[in-house]
Amino acid sequence: MTSIRLGNLALAFIALLIGGAFAGLSAIAARDWSAAAAAFNNATLRIAAFTLWQAALSTILSVAPAVLVARAISRHPKFPGRALLLRMFAVPLGLPAIVAALGVLALYGNAGLVGRAAEALGLGHPPSVYGLTGILLAHVFFNLPLAARLLLEGLEAVPPDQWRLAAQLGMGPAATFRLIEWPAMRRVIAGVAALVFMLCVTSFTLVLTLGGGPGATTLEVAIYQSLLFDFEPARTAALTLVQIAVTIAALWAMSRFGADTGGDADLPLSGRRYGAPSRFECAGDALVLALAALFVAGPMAAVVVSGLEADLLRLAGENAVRRATMTSLAFAALAALLCLALSLSLVTMRQRLEATRRGGGAGLIETLADRGASLVLVVPPVVIGAGWFVAMLVLGLDAFAIAPVMVVAVNAVMAMPFAVRVLRPAWDSAAERNDRLCAQLGVAGWARARLIDWPAMRRPLAVAFAFAMALSLGDLGVIALFGSDAVQTLPYLLYSRMGAYRTADAAGLALFLALLCLALMTLADRLGRQDR
Amino acid sequence: MSGAGSIELDRVRFAYGETKMAFDLAVASGEIIAIMGPSGSGKSTLLNLVAGFETPAEGRVVIGGRDVTADPPADRPVSMIFQENNLFSHLDVAANVGLGRNPSLKLTPDDRAAVAEALERTGLAGKDRRLPRELSGGERQRTALARALVRRRPVLLMDEPFAALGPALRADMAGLVQALNAETGMTMVVVTHSPEDAQRLAPRTAFIENGTIVADGSTIDLLGPEGPEPVRRYIGDMARR
Repeated sequence: MTSIRLGNLALAFIALLIGGAFAGLSAIAARDWSAAAAAFNNATLRIAAFTLWQAALSTILSVAPAVLVARAISRHPKFPGRALLLRMFAVPLGLPAIVAALGVLALYGNAGLVGRAAEALGLGHPPSVYGLTGILLAHVFFNLPLAARLLLEGLEAVPPDQWRLAAQLGMGPAATFRLIEWPAMRRVIAGVAALVFMLCVTSFTLVLTLGGGPGATTLEVAIYQSLLFDFEPARTAALTLVQIAVTIAALWAMSRFGADTGGDADLPLSGRRYGAPSRFECAGDALVLALAALFVAGPMAAVVVSGLEADLLRLAGENAVRRATMTSLAFAALAALLCLALSLSLVTMRQRLEATRRGGGAGLIETLADRGASLVLVVPPVVIGAGWFVAMLVLGLDAFAIAPVMVVAVNAVMAMPFAVRVLRPAWDSAAERNDRLCAQLGVAGWARARLIDWPAMRRPLAVAFAFAMALSLGDLGVIALFGSDAVQTLPYLLYSRMGAYRTADAAGLALFLALLCLALMTLADRLGRQDR
Repeated sequence: MSGAGSIELDRVRFAYGETKMAFDLAVASGEIIAIMGPSGSGKSTLLNLVAGFETPAEGRVVIGGRDVTADPPADRPVSMIFQENNLFSHLDVAANVGLGRNPSLKLTPDDRAAVAEALERTGLAGKDRRLPRELSGGERQRTALARALVRRRPVLLMDEPFAALGPALRADMAGLVQALNAETGMTMVVVTHSPEDAQRLAPRTAFIENGTIVADGSTIDLLGPEGPEPVRRYIGDMARR
């Protein structure tokens, strides 16, 4: 059975990637036991506490307004700009974190648009955005639209008869909210909150770029700094352990509340609502939507405005930029290919195992094939990267030499949950339709792959490829550790220009990177839509 | 008629979850037999055992005098038509039929001629470039029949082949199946819910209940007013619905 062999190979690859990281971390901890133990100190506790605290705040600030936004969108199934608003809410999902960070800085930062406007109006200089404020702004920018879309899906699940009934019984807005809208959202809100919390706990790039010193640092950033700036690998090992404990706890909470990690960019078709809201309510909803739209559009507009201010022609001519672009595209394409290979292997193996077992529960391998992709979430990219970095140190080898391998492998594995979400339903339904017929007609092996499976999977594969490539293209996690003058990707170059206060260059690069990623995301979205 | 299409289920035992099944059945080459019985009684399992989609825990499946118990589906002298999903939705009619000649779709001129002839015979001439979604339900099942024709295997198993069709089409298809039986001498086993289909098609009917054949004989007798008690009860239930 080829599918089983390939699936096991994919599992082995993931195990090796994670296992190698752990081996490195254990080795360094064992070698320098006292230093590792000493790292479990108050400073580490403070970092862990801040990690949880900023994630909790981000979650509340994202989800609570999202309730109002989702309700407003759902109450007005038709208003000019509704489709545009929903589409705009899907954009942050495809935006690299480093680009969003730059957008937040360009808007709220020291020399940002808001600050300049405030000074021009004589309101004085706004407080610094670095630290908790910046982290929260960026997290809410990413997660408010996500939460609003997921909550809206919950609202759209209300059967039309309930709306008809509510209108007939003469329920006012308060009663409608209490009796229909809130119960519908409550079913999904715990899952949404858990998902947002999880994303914020493991957020690396935003905290790295917007955090302010030791007072506003999360575990992931501390791991990175302990390794690259403090040269304390034993402390890295200790921090990693704490990070994994925290993510496992967050994931456990997430699975308990049954969060759906995806959320696609479909425009929900709203059911008809009966009875028009009063003028006063309409004004309130309009205000909510306008504020949300402004908040989400702000950083994006800032990226565009400040990006256009940059000397784009000079940037395009720079060798470093060209090299970084080629490197980024090559790494991202390779990562996407590897991601597809791994995901498809697991998906086909899972289906085969399920089809061949008779009744009973799933075995260990089938469960691994099923969940393996999302297990990757427990071990964030920075942790894997740090683990291998340390492993290379222990072996006395040059860590920077394995940069390409690490970036490609980790980004591939990181994109797997998304790829599996696209590939699995397509594969499972194709297999259900075709398996018996192929067995009966003797269509097998290469003939089956060419005649039957490729036509069925071509489009889902393209969708997953574009999605995985966009994710890899925008990632700063692994390259932050392994990047050097020799190996630079676009996000890395962008980050180093930001660090060197070459703000205009950074803004130009951010615009370029954002356009690349959004083009890929739009492609994935288009292909996926035609699929249905 | 040689015995190429004879079927024998020899003390076949099979467990499907909680249900234990035991089948003993002999079908002569060239015969048409209907299999009837309530839902979940084991009708489809019986077909799957003959086709090789299920392997018996005990006993032998013999086709044309050859023990095929351990053979995979494609190696058995059997074609099967399912209730639906008989066609690959992205391949046109000619390709779907052509797969019956060569599973890699590498067709010789002879193969193409055979495909064209089968399409002609099943009333699909001129529709060879259509995709399954551009066909009616009846045409889809005809395509599956055409493929069974070009495969030239001595046994044809059909699992509720007309269930998705309207009354007039059912009668048409039954006529076509009978004509093909007479022309090719294929042994045909038809699982059906419908007493009319059984009466139209098959001189002989086997009735299954709880995983065993509880009645086996002439269709007219079995389905008539003097038929065995389980069959009368089943037909009564059907009529009341």
